[in-house]
Amino acid sequence: MNNRHRGLERMALTACLLLAAAVPAAAHGQPGQAAGFLSGVRHPISGIDHVLAMIAVGVWGAQLRAPAIWLLPVTFPLVMACGGFLALIGMPLPGTEIGIALSALLLGLAIVAEARPPLAAASVVVGAFALFHGHAHGTELSDGQSALTYSIGFVVATGCLHAVGIALGLVDRWPVGRTALRFAGAGIMAAGAAFCWNAL
Amino acid sequence: MSAASTFVVAHLVTTGLGPVYDGVSHLLVSPEDAIAVIALALLAGLNGPAAARTGIFAATTGWLVGGIGGFWSGAAPAHATAAAASFLALGALVAVDRRLPPPVVGVLAASVAVWHGWLNGASIAASGVDALALAGIVAAAFVVMTLTAAFASAQRDGWTRIAVRVAGSWVAAIGLLMLGWSLRRPPL
Repeated sequence: MNNRHRGLERMALTACLLLAAAVPAAAHGQPGQAAGFLSGVRHPISGIDHVLAMIAVGVWGAQLRAPAIWLLPVTFPLVMACGGFLALIGMPLPGTEIGIALSALLLGLAIVAEARPPLAAASVVVGAFALFHGHAHGTELSDGQSALTYSIGFVVATGCLHAVGIALGLVDRWPVGRTALRFAGAGIMAAGAAFCWNAL
Repeated sequence: MSAASTFVVAHLVTTGLGPVYDGVSHLLVSPEDAIAVIALALLAGLNGPAAARTGIFAATTGWLVGGIGGFWSGAAPAHATAAAASFLALGALVAVDRRLPPPVVGVLAASVAVWHGWLNGASIAASGVDALALAGIVAAAFVVMTLTAAFASAQRDGWTRIAVRVAGSWVAAIGLLMLGWSLRRPPL
């Protein structure tokens, strides 16, 4: 007990000495870091079209099993960043809204049909949709926010949405789960059809 | 580097505990440096213990040498572009998980570290902070890189190794977006 008390006393004494030695923090001029990160995280989860497409990529990857289960979620953020890059350097991408709407529609259809194309074809399909999502969503930074932390937040949130899709898609191992996933895919497809209608 | 120099925006944290701790905290709260260190460590770790050891010591030495050079020169290229380029290259190498021989990992680690260290040294000189802050940055980089590389080198197969590769793809994606921000133009 004495040792424990002595330890606590030393900790308290150390804390007091550190507090006494403290000086006002100054000149840590990194404005907009936290705001940029939160803005980046918020952006992908604030649009239902984006959320559904990200989750659908994860679910479809889980249906396709290895190596697609990790290859598709690796492909999506990278190509999405390419789309963001194109937007940032001022290169237009026609039909962005329709591309985003089609992504939900076709990825939902792939889940419903349990489509099993060759891995390269699946990667190309996912990559093509990622380009539209990146072009539309990756560049909406408010004034005064950090571009670096916005990018970190945006990519991390997108990756987490894929992880949610993969986690949901793991129920594919059980017959009931497979049926549930196909119903979910139908829901995503219906939402995609509505997005298409609005985009047109 | 001197030819490409721009105005340096110094952002060392003032901890009140002296320049060494200011340097330590700088690395931990600066994503442009912390992510580069983590990506370097993941790359070194994925290539096995020998490459990890080479990478750790090459990076630490490079960071110190670059930091001293930057401190004396005081000129720094644009930090955002440098960070973007290193994120893109390191992240892509981690994502593809291609085996690299230890000397290649060492040269790569040293090159990236010299670049980032140079920027840190120039920032320290510009902000008038004691040069000892560089020692704190290098020490923190060594510790973070050792722990992360040890974790990555322990992942031989399975989900955790895939998770490391996914992390690499995220770093590359962040680098690509950052490169876009640094080249940003209004839409056509």
